[in-house]
Amino acid sequence: MTIKLLPIVQQTLYKLNPMHQRHNPVIFCVYVGSCVTTLLYIQALFGPGEAPPNFILAITVTLWFTVLFSNFAESMAEGRGKAQAQALRQTRQQTPAKVLKSPDKQSTYTIIPSTDLRQNDCVLVEAGDFIPSDGEVIQGIATVNESAITGESAPVIRESGGDRTAVTGGTQILSDWLIIRITANPGETFLDHMIALVEGAKRQKTPNEIALAILLAAMTLIFLCVCVTLLPFSLYSLLQQSKGPVISITVIVALFVCLAPTTIGGLLSAIGIAGMDRLIQANVIALSGHAVEAAGDVDILLLDKTGTITMGNRQAIELVPAEGVPVTDLADAAQLASLADQTPEGHSIVVLTKEKYGLRGRELSKINATFIPFAAETRMSGANIGKRQIRKGAVDAITTHITQLGGVFPDSVQKQVDHIARQGGTPLIVSEGNRVLGVVHLKDIVKGGIRERFAQLRKMGIKTIMITGDNPLTAAAIAAEAGVDDFLAPANPEQKLTLIRQLQSEGHLVAMTGDGTNDAPALAQADVAVAMNSGTQAAKEAGNLLDLDSNPTKLIEIVDIGKQLLMTRGTLTTFSLTNDVAKYFTILPAAFSSTYPVLDSLNIMQLHSPQSALLSAVIFNAVSIIALIPLALHGIRYKHASASTLLRMHLCIYGLGGLIVPFIGIKAIDMLMAWLKIV
Amino acid sequence: MTHNATLQIIFLFLILILIAPPIGYYIAGIYQGTIRPINRFLGPLEQILYRVCGIDPHREMDWKQYLSAMLLLNALGFLVTYAIQRLQATLPFNPQSFSEVPPLIAFNTATSFVTNTNWQAYAGEKTLSYFTQAGALTVQQFISAATGMSLLMALIRGLIAEQKEHLGNFWVDTLRGILYVLLPLSCVLALFLVSQGTIQNTLPYQSIQPLQSFTAPSLSKPQGRASAHHNSEAPLSSAQVQQLPMGPVASQVAIKILGSNGGGFFNTNAAHPFENPSPLACFVQLIGLLLIPVALCITFGSLVGDKRQGWAILITMLLLTLPLVYGTCILENQTNPLLEGLPLIETANIEGKETRFGITQSAIWATFTTATSNGSVNAMLDAFMPLGGMIPLWLMQLGEVTFGGVGSGLSGMLVMVIIAVFIAGLMVGRTPEYLGKKIEPHDLKMACLAVLIPPLLIVLVTAIAVLNPLALSASNASGPHGFTQVLYAFTSMVYNNGSAFSGLQADNHFYTVVGSICMLIGRYGVAIPTLAMAGSLARKKKIATSAGTLLTHTPLFIGLLIAIVLLLGALSFFPALSLGPIAEHFLLWEKT
Repeated sequence: MTIKLLPIVQQTLYKLNPMHQRHNPVIFCVYVGSCVTTLLYIQALFGPGEAPPNFILAITVTLWFTVLFSNFAESMAEGRGKAQAQALRQTRQQTPAKVLKSPDKQSTYTIIPSTDLRQNDCVLVEAGDFIPSDGEVIQGIATVNESAITGESAPVIRESGGDRTAVTGGTQILSDWLIIRITANPGETFLDHMIALVEGAKRQKTPNEIALAILLAAMTLIFLCVCVTLLPFSLYSLLQQSKGPVISITVIVALFVCLAPTTIGGLLSAIGIAGMDRLIQANVIALSGHAVEAAGDVDILLLDKTGTITMGNRQAIELVPAEGVPVTDLADAAQLASLADQTPEGHSIVVLTKEKYGLRGRELSKINATFIPFAAETRMSGANIGKRQIRKGAVDAITTHITQLGGVFPDSVQKQVDHIARQGGTPLIVSEGNRVLGVVHLKDIVKGGIRERFAQLRKMGIKTIMITGDNPLTAAAIAAEAGVDDFLAPANPEQKLTLIRQLQSEGHLVAMTGDGTNDAPALAQADVAVAMNSGTQAAKEAGNLLDLDSNPTKLIEIVDIGKQLLMTRGTLTTFSLTNDVAKYFTILPAAFSSTYPVLDSLNIMQLHSPQSALLSAVIFNAVSIIALIPLALHGIRYKHASASTLLRMHLCIYGLGGLIVPFIGIKAIDMLMAWLKIV
Repeated sequence: MTHNATLQIIFLFLILILIAPPIGYYIAGIYQGTIRPINRFLGPLEQILYRVCGIDPHREMDWKQYLSAMLLLNALGFLVTYAIQRLQATLPFNPQSFSEVPPLIAFNTATSFVTNTNWQAYAGEKTLSYFTQAGALTVQQFISAATGMSLLMALIRGLIAEQKEHLGNFWVDTLRGILYVLLPLSCVLALFLVSQGTIQNTLPYQSIQPLQSFTAPSLSKPQGRASAHHNSEAPLSSAQVQQLPMGPVASQVAIKILGSNGGGFFNTNAAHPFENPSPLACFVQLIGLLLIPVALCITFGSLVGDKRQGWAILITMLLLTLPLVYGTCILENQTNPLLEGLPLIETANIEGKETRFGITQSAIWATFTTATSNGSVNAMLDAFMPLGGMIPLWLMQLGEVTFGGVGSGLSGMLVMVIIAVFIAGLMVGRTPEYLGKKIEPHDLKMACLAVLIPPLLIVLVTAIAVLNPLALSASNASGPHGFTQVLYAFTSMVYNNGSAFSGLQADNHFYTVVGSICMLIGRYGVAIPTLAMAGSLARKKKIATSAGTLLTHTPLFIGLLIAIVLLLGALSFFPALSLGPIAEHFLLWEKT
């Protein structure tokens, strides 16, 4: 997606429409001020103006640029989303939908345009068809290409029942067929929602943004009154001093524009749009604006162990033979039992025996072996080679198995089993006949860098809780290795919900991810709930954020984006407010230089002339908006640290910076203008 | 001379820091109901009063009920105060047979005392009977001060409460504030003042033969609080017999000081020897000015269960006030260029100050009374150096939050804290919260209203006044100084301070009418949003603290809070100040 400059400039100008401006009180006031000085300029051209026409013109042009820069920032922020929305819109073309009379493949169907589909219609989609609208699979199984939505090219499986029933309009069926019950009316589909979101058109203001807008409006109102009352104050001073002209309206408007929090006011909506955009870049869709900010507030993350903290699969790392069994026998049996096993665990055993014990892969058919796949009743897998019955499975499954065959589970192996469990590993027993050969140590591999990530989160005051179905012993070991603060094990959905409620009643804000239907209650309860796009419709509806990549680690990224959004607003507000000190010292001596020449003592910057001082101030004001656009769009950089550290850092940079920078900037602009002999 | 100032300021604050905490904890206990009434008389009295008035002390009120009760009590207070003034000729304790107070003055005075402003458009000893002074004004001084403390308690309960609607019972809070806090402290102070020479009687005015014949300006033209010195048009009369006004002074002065009221018995307020008889009395009253506002910070910390929060706010207030107090002392002790070259021993700015107190005690008094929304005066602020007079003005313009009025000052500061927390909270990337309460749009809207209304009103009304011939006729000065007088008057009234810059005829119709409206909006325009915010805070649940929580007791936060208070004060008023005292300052030094 490239951003074209021309449409942005067009948007910038289009936004000069007062109906658009009134949404932003700060900039609207600047807008009105610009109109006033424009009229004053026209008056000065055709008659005795209140100030030299060129001076009014210079101020007017700068004020208009202040408005334009603010529009430009907003258009820039929207630009990226617009391009993405365009791409999405193309997938929302009208597709013919085969509406079934009854939800049955054999039933007859009529073809209607997808835009006429209503909730609860049943449609048939076959290989090559586009899914006409959002819905739930009620029959069939098919592979679906969802790249239009997720950007992920690998097809996914959608089937009725279970956790993979949700389909999205605009995606394409690659093989087989599905019968789908439509769940969204036209205009309310996920795609529509997403387009509206990325375009920023239906962007709801978030609570903090509203609160900040209130503060800014209040400041603007104060400055408006402070500046407007300068006219009567000046009249009074004039009557008393009987010298010098009264303060001109141009100067009052200039002073007002400088004092009003235009920097943050002009960038506020751009910051919000850009924040949403950063989420979209991360392939996360915010289903409510509230959720993004809540993500910044969250202080407890519930993280699923598998996929978030550990790699998806357990891996074999060690073979522990039983007493009197040579390790090579164990390796041989373990490999044979796993050769045809397609699970990642089985695969990792084959890899381990090859790397550590030099066993090459063999074809089961060549050695007359039959593979025994994993079955729910026996909970074992393995192979039969002639009379050799090689099995591998969990402790209790193998114990039952060998007891049936008249064998005994040796104590020494039991000790090994306990030892492995305590280390957070999963013991897998390998047996041949009624004899236990030994234990395979399967281990959850904690993702690289996750420990450091959690340490950073802890510094920011965010606690992590690991959720796992493992037994508490295993969970504790992994929790210790990954550095999470707490764990819930073994966890079921009800316990998750209870935990969230309990944490919330203690005043915590909880974030979690989930994909299954049974996660839905917990998702609905959590303050920030990230649903996986691969999940069920119920989970998606319960969540307030949707991760298109279905990557549970994303939660941490979302928290960062939420925080960054708030910080960007806060720091720019501080910068904007502290700027005013320098502006006072610039404009006041200039404004009253004719009434009270002694006030020139306040001209501590030694600016060239009253006119150059005023111009420098308004120019600095406009330039600071354009200079801060990149910051507004990318968000401020911050490091993971405690609130106190962050506050100290940001106060130093944006508070003190805001105090000092305008002194330097205004003086520099003034010197430049004096040097160029403009004033 | 500045050594004197340094020593006095150190002693004052040392004593305050020593005696305020016990009083603060005591007040906390009173409002929580954990400390039982201190003597056998007041406890039953409280119960009897509840029964007589039909108040159920156990009934909790939500913010609207609390507000209604507060408005009802104040409205009744207004009516009674107005009626007593209008009927004083027929009422007892009127030995000088004063006629009824003119309607506009009575209206202004009633408004002024009900709102804890104590702006005085009359000269007490020339206008009011003892009954009016003690029965109307002194009573309101107690009630308005207790109302301020009740407002604070409601706000604190809003911060403590967890998902509740209720903020306590206004009647109980106000009655306990009067009976167990204001009354005992006032008794102690009144007795001390009497020991120093303050009078307390109901005798007719005494005629005495002066040792030396003298001419005195007539007291008939009152000009705000403390006035006569600077009205050059006041007719001078030669007196052979001097009339000494009498009255129940000590009882009124005690609550005038403690309740941040400032409405004195006599026109010259604390410059009068019967109100402020000795330097020691002056020193003790200076402590009294700050006593309850300082103690309430400790009360706050105790009530919210985190003493550090109270100390943080107290330190903020101290750090804001101390440099300004000391600055005024230095400015007033410097040589006045207009006095230079005159055959004087003392070229420091002694003009307009009581010789009994000298420059330092006058400067400290001026800053303490404006810092605390008290507004009592013991010197003519009009005659202070331009910047020396600007500091008291600016202390009010900071929002009357650096101590401020009893209760209302701290609640104003808590509103500032909400705004500071909002900006700081955003900067650390969390929805802002204070004491576990999230600050949401509605709360911020109310906080903004409370902070916004006073400065807007001041600049707008001042703008009207400087162009209004009627208003201008009240001022005896022109140029920047005249402007300062007008700005000072409206700042004082809007922020319910009541301090007068003098030099302004306060019984001017423009000032009595517009001023009354200013006092009302200044009081309730802040109290109503504050209560609404308290109500909304009470409904929220508490957020748990973590390392990501912004700490509000650290030096860093104190610094930020100071910056916000200064910035809001400076940004709102710097243009006006530069046309008043700042211009006057540069003009004064340019001439010499």
